Amino acid sequence: MREAFVETTTALLAEDPRLSLVLADISADAFVPAARAHPDRVLNVGIREQLMVSVAGGLALTGLRPIVHSYAPFVVERAWEQVKLDIDHQGVDAILATIGSSYDASASGRTHQAPGDVALIDTLDGWTVRVPGHADEVGPLLRAAAGDDSPVYLRMSTETNTRAVDTAADGRLTVVRPGSSGDVAVAVGPTLDAVFAATEGLDVTVAYTHTPRPFDAAGLRSLAGATPAVAIVEPYLAGTSARVVADALRMRPHRLAALGVGRADLHRYGTPADHARAHGLDPAGLRRSLSAFFRP
Amino acid sequence: MTVLASPLARLTGDEKHSPSAYSTLDVLWVLYDRVLRVSPQTADDPERDYFLLSKGHGPAAFYAVLAEKGFIPDEWLDGMGRWDNPLGHHPDRLLVPGVEISSGSLGHGLPLGVGVALGLRAQGLTRPRVYVLVGDAELDEGSNHEAIAYAGAIGLDSLTAVVIDNQSATHGWRDGIAGRFTVNGWTAVTADGRDHDRIEAGLRAHQPGRPHVFVAVTEQKWGA
Repeated sequence: MREAFVETTTALLAEDPRLSLVLADISADAFVPAARAHPDRVLNVGIREQLMVSVAGGLALTGLRPIVHSYAPFVVERAWEQVKLDIDHQGVDAILATIGSSYDASASGRTHQAPGDVALIDTLDGWTVRVPGHADEVGPLLRAAAGDDSPVYLRMSTETNTRAVDTAADGRLTVVRPGSSGDVAVAVGPTLDAVFAATEGLDVTVAYTHTPRPFDAAGLRSLAGATPAVAIVEPYLAGTSARVVADALRMRPHRLAALGVGRADLHRYGTPADHARAHGLDPAGLRRSLSAFFRP
Repeated sequence: MTVLASPLARLTGDEKHSPSAYSTLDVLWVLYDRVLRVSPQTADDPERDYFLLSKGHGPAAFYAVLAEKGFIPDEWLDGMGRWDNPLGHHPDRLLVPGVEISSGSLGHGLPLGVGVALGLRAQGLTRPRVYVLVGDAELDEGSNHEAIAYAGAIGLDSLTAVVIDNQSATHGWRDGIAGRFTVNGWTAVTADGRDHDRIEAGLRAHQPGRPHVFVAVTEQKWGA
């Protein structure tokens, strides 16, 4: 996904004189050609993440559309007050485009992991959150964000599905496997492959979204039955979208399972697959929790 | 500064404090009266100078100057901080004409100012200058030092920091404030923050190729 991001951003910088990119060393090598072509709009501030976000706020105050790019924990967590005050509170907009979400950097340890990033962004109003599940979804989502005038969080990962499911940017739920029971499993971004495998043989509608915010509430209501069981599986903090699903179904009796990354700091290295297993997000773990949930 | 005594009294409901109780007042007045190329008519002009009040607390002097210069109606000066008054105890740029940034939490204005200066440059707007007012205690916030180091490294010469030094930083700044900037390649002038001619000279002392800081020294730990 990082390659798709670099390629699309480089192209967009050439097309749109309003677009700018702010870096804090990470990915700077990949943007050398773009920086050479647009030295005033590709800015690497060094290892200064607070400044990176504030500079984006300042650029936006003069009418530019900034993209901020770094590792998720350094953008959203280290510079959180800058996101809240220097972008959101100023009433200006930016695209925060992160890599290294959740446990991509499993062997690097907790300092390089930010499973709470979407939950933090979700404390703000009016942000669009994009969680592409495949590299081919990155370009269309980034183009849509660049042409928009609202704040966007684009969360990229090295975890991907085997194929792109939705390259449109309308944010609607996409049915991947229909069911007849009225029960629904919603897979967000790169969790789809595991959710699809885990629900094999269960009579549930499997739906996919790369856009948890704004959540397609109407789409969920049209897929869900009168008294549905709904599971949402997210590649970040478990429960992050529980409130939007509950709100979508507030006029229907329903059961809800909100699965995702747990809160515990595991103090473990290993591979992303090890971490997926530890959080119950691998196909076997999801199979256990989803089959128990849908057939209680 | 008798010109501002009336709006200040109206803002604070306090007839006793003389204008000299406000450490920022003289610098703000000289900025708006003599230096900044901005007026109520040009407050949205891309070619205007930008003034960013980073030290957002105690904004009475700022509001008084904005009222005196016609950016905001005098009536707003009554009832600062009330639900239906746009003037709060920290300024909100979405509520108050002429306010470039919403401030309050310390250490945000100078980094934002770096971004504003870079945004203007990227659009070929080479005439406007960006002035950011910070307090000497506010410099404790590490985010300022990211901005100071980076602006110096890239020679961001459309940026002027204005530090109000009323010696309120808990641990002080050994060897003074200006050195924190000059070691990073800034030019610096330190002067009496009550002397209007020296304030103006210090604010105008910027040089090509380097950001500039003017340190205005005032009485120790006066009010805002």
